[in-house]
Amino acid sequence: MLYAILIYAEEGVFERLEPECQEEALEKHQAIQAEYGAKGGLGAVARLMGTAAALTVRQQGGSPVVLDGPFAETKEQLLGLYILDCADIEEAIAAAKKFPLETAAYEIRPIRWSNHPGASYDE
Amino acid sequence: MIGAQLAAARPRVVAALSRSFRSLDLAEDGFQEASLRALDRWPQQGTPRDPTAWLIRTGRNLTIDRLRKYGRETELPGDLAQWRASDDEARLAEAIDRGEMRDDVLRLLFLCCHDELPPQDQLALALKVVAGFSVDEIARAFLVRPKAMEQRITRAKKKAAATLKGLETPSRTERLERLQAVSTMVYLLFNEGYAARGGDRHLRLEVAEEAVRLARLLVELFPGQPEQLGLLALCLLHHSRRQARLDDQEHLIPLDQQDRFSWDRAMIDEGRILIEKALRKGSPGPFQIQAAIAALHCAAETTEETDWLQIDLLYRALEEMQPSPVVSLNRAVVVSKVEGPQAALRLLDPLAGPLDHYLYYHSTRGALLADLAHESEAATAYRRALELGPSRPERSYLESRLRELEDR
Repeated sequence: MLYAILIYAEEGVFERLEPECQEEALEKHQAIQAEYGAKGGLGAVARLMGTAAALTVRQQGGSPVVLDGPFAETKEQLLGLYILDCADIEEAIAAAKKFPLETAAYEIRPIRWSNHPGASYDE
Repeated sequence: MIGAQLAAARPRVVAALSRSFRSLDLAEDGFQEASLRALDRWPQQGTPRDPTAWLIRTGRNLTIDRLRKYGRETELPGDLAQWRASDDEARLAEAIDRGEMRDDVLRLLFLCCHDELPPQDQLALALKVVAGFSVDEIARAFLVRPKAMEQRITRAKKKAAATLKGLETPSRTERLERLQAVSTMVYLLFNEGYAARGGDRHLRLEVAEEAVRLARLLVELFPGQPEQLGLLALCLLHHSRRQARLDDQEHLIPLDQQDRFSWDRAMIDEGRILIEKALRKGSPGPFQIQAAIAALHCAAETTEETDWLQIDLLYRALEEMQPSPVVSLNRAVVVSKVEGPQAALRLLDPLAGPLDHYLYYHSTRGALLADLAHESEAATAYRRALELGPSRPERSYLESRLRELEDR
């Protein structure tokens, strides 16, 4: 059985922590990655960029529209996620538009770091 | 942890309090008191769901109590005299109207860039009030005596306070004008931190980082404004090179000699995406174009691989949009890469008058003349640059270039 664990925090706080506190938090992440990596149970891990880089694609009046910023409604709940390797944000938008827009909205969040081979760089 | 949360909440909380009490001093004190209470309560009671709303409510209550205690209730604006926030946090969080908050933060930033204040005082005021730097830190960052800085900030606060009187919701045009003025100030602040003008290097880096945070705040408050996306992208792309710009002796390292591996890739990636996002709007502006230029520099793995032709086109667009001798000077540097030093020098000739007192005009001219082996003219240009108050790293760079010429 696979489980997704989602991480929530106020933006801009982690960056302001003392380097030792940041280091401590990152070590915990690395320990989990090492533990599950060793037994072949680690899926994709990703750290997202800030919401300034976010876009949302949703249906409005029967056609897809691209809205700025993150998905901000409270009545809908997170149903799932994809991680796609796209050349630029245009391709990511084009990809989002291919999803069933009648039933959901799609938030695009560029990834800052990932353990996945397609990630643009390693921290 | 709490310290970081308080710092992150500060601009919004001070903005809301300054609106409630029509006073910067009361707003700063209110934030201070609310922060002390947070440090006392949060460790036991846990962090509130909405720390910003908690701090605004607590700051308001404590300030009202303090004014009553000292019999200064008359200072309370009418709507606050009866005010007592409910303890229902969820309701309060909802009551903090997003649009109102946006205008509050914009007003707070806008009053810092009061046009009767000299630019450095605007930045000092923003660092003090919005970012919460101490007077001492600001004085050290700007190489001014603390006493003098204190006086300047007090004076600036008085001037800026006039803006607090006009609390009506700005019209659409006013809002955009304010946003533009504030964006320019944020970029000035970034440059102030970025310019290696001596002083405490660590503090200057914090000034630049604060500017990045403010640029981010503007994007949060005004999502989808292309120029604000451009401003954030521009700051991030420049900031990505912070480790590569100075050597151990604080000597300036020119772009073409920087260790590109020490550029911050995560920041470059974010800057690139933000500029892509901005340009989709089809409404280019000076910040976006400058960010696009910076993105091209960052995309090149070596100086030789830089897309100079594309950069030249962008500079042409910038020259048209925002004609200034400094932009033309920058374009001349690019032309030297595409067409050679001779062509670049021709572009510099008409700038001799307007940029006679501009250090980089003379240092650029010196470099181009040196490339053409006009040693004595080049040396004259470098010497002129040295007369125009270079920073310590700039001075040592110019002096080493001058020595190279003499050794030829």
